[in-house]
Amino acid sequence: MMTNSSHLLADLAVVVLFLAGVAQFRGVRGARSGNLTAAFALVCSVLLVLYRHRMIDPVYAGIALLAGCALGWWIAVRVNMVQIPAMVAFQHGAGGVAAFLVAYRELTRTDGSVTALGAWSGNLGLIIGAATFSGSLIASGKLANRIRQTPVTLPGHNMILLGLLATIGILCLPAALAPGGAPAAALVALILVSILLGGIFAVRIGGADMPVLISFLNATAGLAAAFCGVSIGNRLLAACGATVAASGSILTHQMCLAMNRPLARVFLPLPVSRPELNGEGAPLPPASPPAAAQEDPLSAAVEAARQAATVMIIPGYGMAQAQAQVETVRLANRLLEMGKQVKFAIHPIAGRMPGHMHVLLAEAEADPDMLVDLGEANPEFQNTDLAVIAGACDVVNPAAITAAGTPISGMPILKAHEARRVLVCNLDGRPGYSGVENPLYSSPNAILMFGDARASLQRLLEGLDELQAATPRPESVISLGG
Amino acid sequence: MSDLLIMLAVLAGSFVAGYVLISKVPVKLHTPLMSMTNAISAITILGALLLFAAETSPSGKLIGMVALLAAAFNVVGGFVITDRMLRLFKSPPRPGNSK
Repeated sequence: MMTNSSHLLADLAVVVLFLAGVAQFRGVRGARSGNLTAAFALVCSVLLVLYRHRMIDPVYAGIALLAGCALGWWIAVRVNMVQIPAMVAFQHGAGGVAAFLVAYRELTRTDGSVTALGAWSGNLGLIIGAATFSGSLIASGKLANRIRQTPVTLPGHNMILLGLLATIGILCLPAALAPGGAPAAALVALILVSILLGGIFAVRIGGADMPVLISFLNATAGLAAAFCGVSIGNRLLAACGATVAASGSILTHQMCLAMNRPLARVFLPLPVSRPELNGEGAPLPPASPPAAAQEDPLSAAVEAARQAATVMIIPGYGMAQAQAQVETVRLANRLLEMGKQVKFAIHPIAGRMPGHMHVLLAEAEADPDMLVDLGEANPEFQNTDLAVIAGACDVVNPAAITAAGTPISGMPILKAHEARRVLVCNLDGRPGYSGVENPLYSSPNAILMFGDARASLQRLLEGLDELQAATPRPESVISLGG
Repeated sequence: MSDLLIMLAVLAGSFVAGYVLISKVPVKLHTPLMSMTNAISAITILGALLLFAAETSPSGKLIGMVALLAAAFNVVGGFVITDRMLRLFKSPPRPGNSK
């Protein structure tokens, strides 16, 4: 199947089609056709395989194919935008399953056609695929809130991971040294140990580090596919897998930059640098409430919103969790109507995956021109009258700048504390996933509306309605006639 | 040996091409990008299909079916969700005066 030039040309054409799809993601306008181009390229590559190889069991293959497509479709049209990160993580897992099963079958072939290169890459595909599978399931469970999002650290966690890696190295040897017909039992053991490795690796990653983990799993899913492709000698598989691995690596790198932490620190946190977080047992904020909390927070918030000329809204994971994106955008539009300048400041790691906030705000039909990133937003906070925090904590925690030695020290933050007033619509005053107290909550400028972000924003919107009803504009008086 | 070289060239070339293209993707499209590349990584569906191009035992067929099911789920689910997300994004050239 290899050096046939027409095959090579056809493969090349499909790869170019894939890359054309990715290239269209440079802008919002082309992205949708880019996605469809890539989907078309994938259909082409499936047709190429069907054209080149006669299926021996078309019925079984057809049943599995149709069932998979139907299931994928059925879930994809139902999932809501807040569940996207969990869904994407779950799909990374599905890709991992396919990769390690294909590698397993290739490595157990007994017709003597498995080369040394095939054996080595098959092993790598098997290990990475299996570890991606379990890591993704854990990530998906955490993202869907089925598993607690706090990091779980086992005693001797690093030693366990090292031990598992060493075991994998030993289990690889027979399969890699004797290509072709590797003992199935050794491969099954290899799969099981790899699954264990992926799971134990992922449980230690906390909720706030999920954007890094999910990007990393994106890369490993691609890598597993690429090694599978090398193993079975399929250029298309190798090329597409490598492209995805590149994409996942870039996203992982950008997420690490956004947190100002090297990848190793995210995945292998120092035991001392991360305070123990026990969910409910997390330390509560200082007992002395700030002056602003004494007055009624709602009327203080309405008054601050009335007086403000410039408003910056900072969405975070809490907005996603409370499904408050519609209320957040309604508040923004409401303030715009009142003649204020309103922007959304988006931190690169706000939410649970890269770009998470952009999707949610797009769903709520926010004007895309109102979204600004970290670099654009930060110089503006000094001239901002009101910063509205919708379910964000660590990304606005000034301790990242002022305190040394905390897990978030040195992380670039949105400088909401520089705004004249700060309205906090968070669930409670507990620290974010970093476990670092947020001094913003005890600042005299802060107005704290703790509770479900959606409910808080609704109350704020109602408060603004009442305010407007109390001071009717002339035209509304005429039209309603009092 | 030439197979090995071709494979290495394919791997390196695709990684570099992917790297160059994806560096240009704006932050706001990162979620759909990941969702789409996720669907592309399910190109392992080719490997799963090839499992059915050779005689196998019943257990081999079962493994092939599971692999094919997982890959097909990943392909269709990935592309459909990406499309749903991208439909939410409005094209940029519209006046900033929202109502």
